[in-house]
Amino acid sequence: MTTGMLFALVGVVLFAMGVAGVILIGHLLRRILAFNVMGNGAFLVLVGLAQRNGTPDPVPQAMVLTGIVVAVAATALALALVRKLHALTGQLELPEHADD
Amino acid sequence: MIDPLVWLILLPLAWATLAFLLGPGRGAWLAIAALLVQWCLAFVLAQKVGAGGTALTHAVGGWGAPLGIDLAVDGLSAAMLLLTQTVALPLAIYARSYFKQDPAGTWFWPLMGFLISGLNALFVSADLFNLYVTLELIGLAAVGLVAAGGGAQQLGAALRYLFAALLGSGAYLLGVALLYGAYGTVSIASLLPLVSDDAPRLVWIAGGLMVVGLMLKTALFPFHYWLPHAHGGAPAPVSALLSALVVKASFYLILRLWLGPLQPLLPTFAWLMALLGAGAIFWGSWQAIRAEKLKRLIAYSTVAQLGYLFLIFPLLAETVALKAGVMQVFAHGLAKAGMFAAAGVFIKATGHDTVAGLAGAVERMPVTLIAFGLAGMTLMGLPPSSGFLAKWQIIEAALAQGHWIIAVVALAGGLLAAVYVFRVLRQAFLLAPEGGTVAPVPRALEWSALALAVGSVVLGLRGVELMQLAGVGA
Repeated sequence: MTTGMLFALVGVVLFAMGVAGVILIGHLLRRILAFNVMGNGAFLVLVGLAQRNGTPDPVPQAMVLTGIVVAVAATALALALVRKLHALTGQLELPEHADD
Repeated sequence: MIDPLVWLILLPLAWATLAFLLGPGRGAWLAIAALLVQWCLAFVLAQKVGAGGTALTHAVGGWGAPLGIDLAVDGLSAAMLLLTQTVALPLAIYARSYFKQDPAGTWFWPLMGFLISGLNALFVSADLFNLYVTLELIGLAAVGLVAAGGGAQQLGAALRYLFAALLGSGAYLLGVALLYGAYGTVSIASLLPLVSDDAPRLVWIAGGLMVVGLMLKTALFPFHYWLPHAHGGAPAPVSALLSALVVKASFYLILRLWLGPLQPLLPTFAWLMALLGAGAIFWGSWQAIRAEKLKRLIAYSTVAQLGYLFLIFPLLAETVALKAGVMQVFAHGLAKAGMFAAAGVFIKATGHDTVAGLAGAVERMPVTLIAFGLAGMTLMGLPPSSGFLAKWQIIEAALAQGHWIIAVVALAGGLLAAVYVFRVLRQAFLLAPEGGTVAPVPRALEWSALALAVGSVVLGLRGVELMQLAGVGA
């Protein structure tokens, strides 16, 4: 097995763990962390799979840089929303729906 | 040189940033003026594509793929661009009156600009990674808009929506990563000849991940759990933008993949898509019939109407199904924007968001009620509305290809839509309760809602041109 393949497999495992976290965890901060684990898994797959004969391909690295910027923006937005929610309700979990 | 293609992305970015600096008052006027220009650009572009009969491309900054980013417009993209600007312009006029002296409107204009920019960029992107970035742009702007109301319920809905959107685009990104690993390119045009029936298992997994992720973002039944709260809880102009345009963006992307690089893989899943679509029609309609809140009713109606879009997948062997799909996207986009706008007027006037509270609306707000009724007509699929044209085309294509079951589902969906639309109309025709007060509403609100609803009906008369455009390059 090449190193690239190893990275890709680890990426898939991280992605699966992240998805499970985003779906199952109630605590919002941990959920945001789970999302980051998920995203990093996808980035690892992108970089790992694209190595040909041991030489890295620069295009997916540029993509991952863009992806990291997107993930930072999403994390910042999620944190801002969670802070506001915490200030309003004192909770770090999602409120139940009022009418169902 | 002025290429409308690039300016459709740059203009909204520019006015969004300026609106942030200028504040909501002057920002609103700027947005309306800029949207008018954008509408003209989209119209010129649609005419160019329609007349040329081929797709147009543009290499950003003079750098073509693979180093730079290629943009491409074919008939389908041009139609979606036109729809986006057509819905956004009346909604901007509506939102200016709606958010007057309302703190919830402070950040509406910048967020709307970023949303429109993301949508336009998505419709012209020609590579899978660029599409991922635009999906995220749209998702983040939309979440911001849902949260703009600032209440705990709205923040909760926004966070739920954010996590659903991030899961969806995460699955899509993993799919893109696997495809890049297999073929070393993300350009839709170069992937097209590479993917074949006997593609490796990896490519099948990639296709599955991308489509499931996008289905989550389109809120296809049973992934619709986030939609009624996000769309039903947001301020009316936001609900209208989200229901009319945002869910269509990820649907467009599914269609793009289906007709493009994933073509050889997906016929296996066509009936699964149609089945989920049928599930969406029945479940969404049932929930809309039961809903007590007006905006919740309309949000569930969106779930149901999105179902029609997925009925076309087993029929896509002939282009008439694609044209029916585009017609349904237009019909629902205009009608649902009009309907949410009308609901916003009712809520502003009566002060509460229940179907029961509508009693007496026929005397007090006839214009808005007509808007609601016309939009409802399109959703039911009564002639001569565009909804009729869309559903008729779906039924015709289904019968021509011998899939009568799809025709039955489409007809049943129309009847169910009639039940929830008439539930609202019946309530509006009841006598007003004693002592109920109705606040006066600015006329711009009522008339922009009416314009959208009338548009959805009148489009039925000009449907041929639109369907011709949608078929260009398909």
